[in-house]
Amino acid sequence: MADGQTSPMGLGQKAWYEIVLQTLKRNDVRLVPYVPDRVLTRLIKELHADPFFTTFPTAREEEAVGIVSGAWMGGMRGAVLMQTSGFATLANVLASLALPYQIPLIMFVSERGTLGEFNFGQSLVCRTMRPVLDSLAMEHHTATRIDEFEFIVDRSIKQAIATQAPVALILSPLLTGGKVFEK
Amino acid sequence: MSPTQTPARNTKVMNRFDLTSRLVAKLKNQEAIVGGIGNTNFDLWAAGHRPQNFYMLGSMGLAFPIALGVALAQPDRRVFALEGDGSLLMQLGCLSTIATLRPKNLTMVVMDNGIYQITGAQPTPAAASTDLMAVAVGCGLTNSSWAADEEDFERLVDQSLTASEPMLIGVRIDDKPGTGTTRRDPVQIRERFMLGLGVREAL
Repeated sequence: MADGQTSPMGLGQKAWYEIVLQTLKRNDVRLVPYVPDRVLTRLIKELHADPFFTTFPTAREEEAVGIVSGAWMGGMRGAVLMQTSGFATLANVLASLALPYQIPLIMFVSERGTLGEFNFGQSLVCRTMRPVLDSLAMEHHTATRIDEFEFIVDRSIKQAIATQAPVALILSPLLTGGKVFEK
Repeated sequence: MSPTQTPARNTKVMNRFDLTSRLVAKLKNQEAIVGGIGNTNFDLWAAGHRPQNFYMLGSMGLAFPIALGVALAQPDRRVFALEGDGSLLMQLGCLSTIATLRPKNLTMVVMDNGIYQITGAQPTPAAASTDLMAVAVGCGLTNSSWAADEEDFERLVDQSLTASEPMLIGVRIDDKPGTGTTRRDPVQIRERFMLGLGVREAL
């Protein structure tokens, strides 16, 4: 429990990262570039261990957005993993690539800056995330509960593809355990 | 003396439209081309629209990452990316990503005039000091070289058509603006590109 990588529901319940992995797979989302976050560590490890996925780090989040956009146009589905501060670098690429070209960009954003944040910068940049998403009228959901999580991820992926629109899935510390000062 | 004539590069100053036309003329197998922001895609458009062309209208610096995505999705299709030097400077990290993934089917061209031509021809921060091919080699893209002249550019393009590793070709170009103007219709650009890549069927 301490690192937030195990399920709050106890044994027998799938962990949040298992749900992400299985739901991506079920929707044939194979390409997963990322800029890492402590909270995403276990998910990234599991993605690398599964040959179904092509997963690798990029230098910047917008680079990863470019890669999955190109791949989608070439017939391969993708999703990008990042943390809150990384999302803050994306306004330009969302407004000039994903939205106007109608690309179903699927983003998983590990939420930093709230519910026990210890870093000033993270707590401030976090405040820009939802206003940016709302100002671009982008679909976004904040996942807080494990029992709702699969529904949110599965339906959001399907809607993004069906409507050719980007979506941001924000992974709250309530879901993941977040990152705490002790580490 | 134009800003392109830096002592670091002993290569001919060529023209973007001419080189783009030479490249397009060589493509016989529905190769994809991703054109970066501004003049790079204006000249790609002017060289004659092809269904396998993608024109970026923003997202400066993402021509190589977008082309990498296409190359990963369609490993049997050769993918070209055309990018300006100023654009590449915004996303140098992608050279390391591409060097690590080593897609066999990706050819990148950097059109280097040392200036932001479209915003008033201001020199880039790299113009007087940086050798972009040396940067690329340092990132691990070992097959990166300046084209000495037009003939050498064509030779490098030919070589890349059958290469088994990613290739980067640097060309020094003049300070001329783009020849045409891309029709700025992002949805149509994207949809036609997907039709051209065989991903979609027309309605």
